[in-house]
Amino acid sequence: MSRSKTTYREAVRAAIREAMRDDPRVFLMGEDVGRYGGCYAVSMGLLEEFGEQRVRDTPLSESAFVGAGIGAALGGMRPIVEVMTVNFSLLALDQIVNTAATLRHMSGGQFSVPLVIRMATGAGRQLAAQHSHSLECWYAHVPGLKVVAPATLADARGMLGTALADPDPVIVFEHAGLYNMEGELEDDAGAVDISRAAVRRTGKDVTLVTYGGSLHKTLQAAQALAGEGIEAEVVDLRSLRPIDDATIVKSLSRTHRALVVDEGWRTLSLSAEITTRLVEQAFYELDAPVGRVCSEEVPIPYPAHLEAAALPQPEKIASAVRRMLRA
Amino acid sequence: MPEFLMPSLGADMTQGTLVEWAVKPGDRVHRGDVVAVVETSKGAIDVEIFSDGIIDQLLVPEGTTVPVGEPLALVRSDGRPEPEAPAAPAEAPVRPVTREPAPEAPAEPAVPVEPSTPAPAAEARGEAAARVRASPAARRRAEELDVDIGKLQGTGPGGAVVIADVEQASGPGPAEEETPNPMGEKPRALTEAPGDIREIIAAAMTRSKREIPHYYLSNWVDLAPANGWLADWNDSHPVEERLIPGVLMIRAVALALERFHEFNGFFRDGKFQPGDGIHVGAAISLRRGGLVAPGLRDANKRSLVELMTAFRGLVARARAGRLKASEMAGGTITVSSLGEQGVEEVYPVIYSPQVAIVGFGTPSERPWVVEGRVEPRWLVRVSLAADHRVSDGHRGALFLEAVTHLLQEPDSL
Repeated sequence: MSRSKTTYREAVRAAIREAMRDDPRVFLMGEDVGRYGGCYAVSMGLLEEFGEQRVRDTPLSESAFVGAGIGAALGGMRPIVEVMTVNFSLLALDQIVNTAATLRHMSGGQFSVPLVIRMATGAGRQLAAQHSHSLECWYAHVPGLKVVAPATLADARGMLGTALADPDPVIVFEHAGLYNMEGELEDDAGAVDISRAAVRRTGKDVTLVTYGGSLHKTLQAAQALAGEGIEAEVVDLRSLRPIDDATIVKSLSRTHRALVVDEGWRTLSLSAEITTRLVEQAFYELDAPVGRVCSEEVPIPYPAHLEAAALPQPEKIASAVRRMLRA
Repeated sequence: MPEFLMPSLGADMTQGTLVEWAVKPGDRVHRGDVVAVVETSKGAIDVEIFSDGIIDQLLVPEGTTVPVGEPLALVRSDGRPEPEAPAAPAEAPVRPVTREPAPEAPAEPAVPVEPSTPAPAAEARGEAAARVRASPAARRRAEELDVDIGKLQGTGPGGAVVIADVEQASGPGPAEEETPNPMGEKPRALTEAPGDIREIIAAAMTRSKREIPHYYLSNWVDLAPANGWLADWNDSHPVEERLIPGVLMIRAVALALERFHEFNGFFRDGKFQPGDGIHVGAAISLRRGGLVAPGLRDANKRSLVELMTAFRGLVARARAGRLKASEMAGGTITVSSLGEQGVEEVYPVIYSPQVAIVGFGTPSERPWVVEGRVEPRWLVRVSLAADHRVSDGHRGALFLEAVTHLLQEPDSL
């Protein structure tokens, strides 16, 4: 199988392009997605390729254009709505939580909202506290939504198509720090499942559960630990709602120790949810308390050194594992 | 003062629920009296006491689930005066010997607490000091390996006992066998609620097939002599003394075992331990599904009629879910008879930690060569599964031949 060099950004773009070519109902809508090419340059060139009807710049009103996306989905289209960052998506919370997530239920199954909302999340690019937060868990809390976090090129390339095929709203979180990530991708890479977690590295001593932008920091930590004789297994959640309990429980049952790495804040977070599930479902497998490495509980700082200090980093993850193993 | 402990009613039992007390404080009890009803995963079981005395105090209220070995009651020896401690009953001078010291105040009330069991890194304060710090997985592993967690020095976070400490303490053996288990699964500790007989059987059989190197032998048994003898006997005896073929089979196995000790007993801690008698477990299927194999004690020393009576009682109590404790765990070998199920032969699975099991298929009429001529005969296929760590096929063959031979001479049974 031939492989080509690409980036996360290009993989997302390829996924959008494929979806729009394959299905005339698919269109892209959001702030600066057209003429400017997207604030993270994901949609660069798509306006030229598909025209203004299908690559639509919107006013700066998240509530309005997410609501329009919901309406289009109800009307039979397959919209991809891009929201610049999860911070801004709070302006559309009402549309997403009160409308998109509820209509199937409130209509007794008569209406579905086949909408995909892409948004950037996460810190690390010195965009300060209003553009850098990881609020995935707010959406992962809500029944009626599916929430996914592609962390690899293959998932960036493959999750969008599966999300569009889903009859219900799916929110895709693209970590802003991943867009420049380079790697090789098979030329015929395509749709992937969006319900299961994946073991990205196998190991027998500890299970590191993570997702999104933290996956690569966690893999770096696992690499460093391997040099010390500690074999860490790394599980990429991929889907944040629903959470694939079976995979994390199975991994913990092999390693008997778990550490959750989550760029969200610790309090009432996805890491809290994962920890609880492990304790509920695999208490007797635990040989140590479940550990967590999360962001410091501050608005993400602007200065580079403070921002770095506020986030999970490979060294923090590795030293948390060492403490757990007392190695 | 002697304690009456939650008994182990089977090798796989780790806890039981005290359903009902049959005695109250002040009652005089004798060895063999039923004092309580305990619910286990195999059903409600009448529990006997093994010493004479007077019930002094019931320590566990009805409805409580406690681990095996936990004191249930205090029993005064006969004739001893009652210790008077009416002033402060709460500070009963009793330290139950449990693996995890009970969380109430230690015996020396004045001094604020050095726990007698050195709880490694438990910051010695009040209740925390009394509880051993151990991970849940380590506790489960300790139960599986029968390791006393209170005696271990923890090496985990905060000095907690972790799996590695338990496995190290138990030494080589099951702990090491298990690591390369290709299934990647560990047997679950059998601490679940009553009613999970399927799970109990699954665990016992999995352990058996994983740990015991079985070998199998089988033989044809001509039933003509036994059937003829049985017909005569049953014709000439009252109903309550009538026998079934299964009892002859149990008796034949028991008598053969007198000469073949290596099939009667247990494989524990890496070696064979002969049984303290010949107690034949009879596999009894239960109507609600599953089976139990309660023991017929001293089957080699009891007459056929006595065995028949005992067997009838076992079946009735097993199916009613009211086996006595001593019966439940009693077998030193098991006999499994498929009776009228219509299959020729059974390849039985040893009931660990026993070392052998004898199976009988369904008797059927077949061509058989007698003195150079083919004759129709009633035959049954007898099979032996035995633990190759303890015995070899040669001895197994001799044993099976002895069983066969005894069934040819029913007068000797």
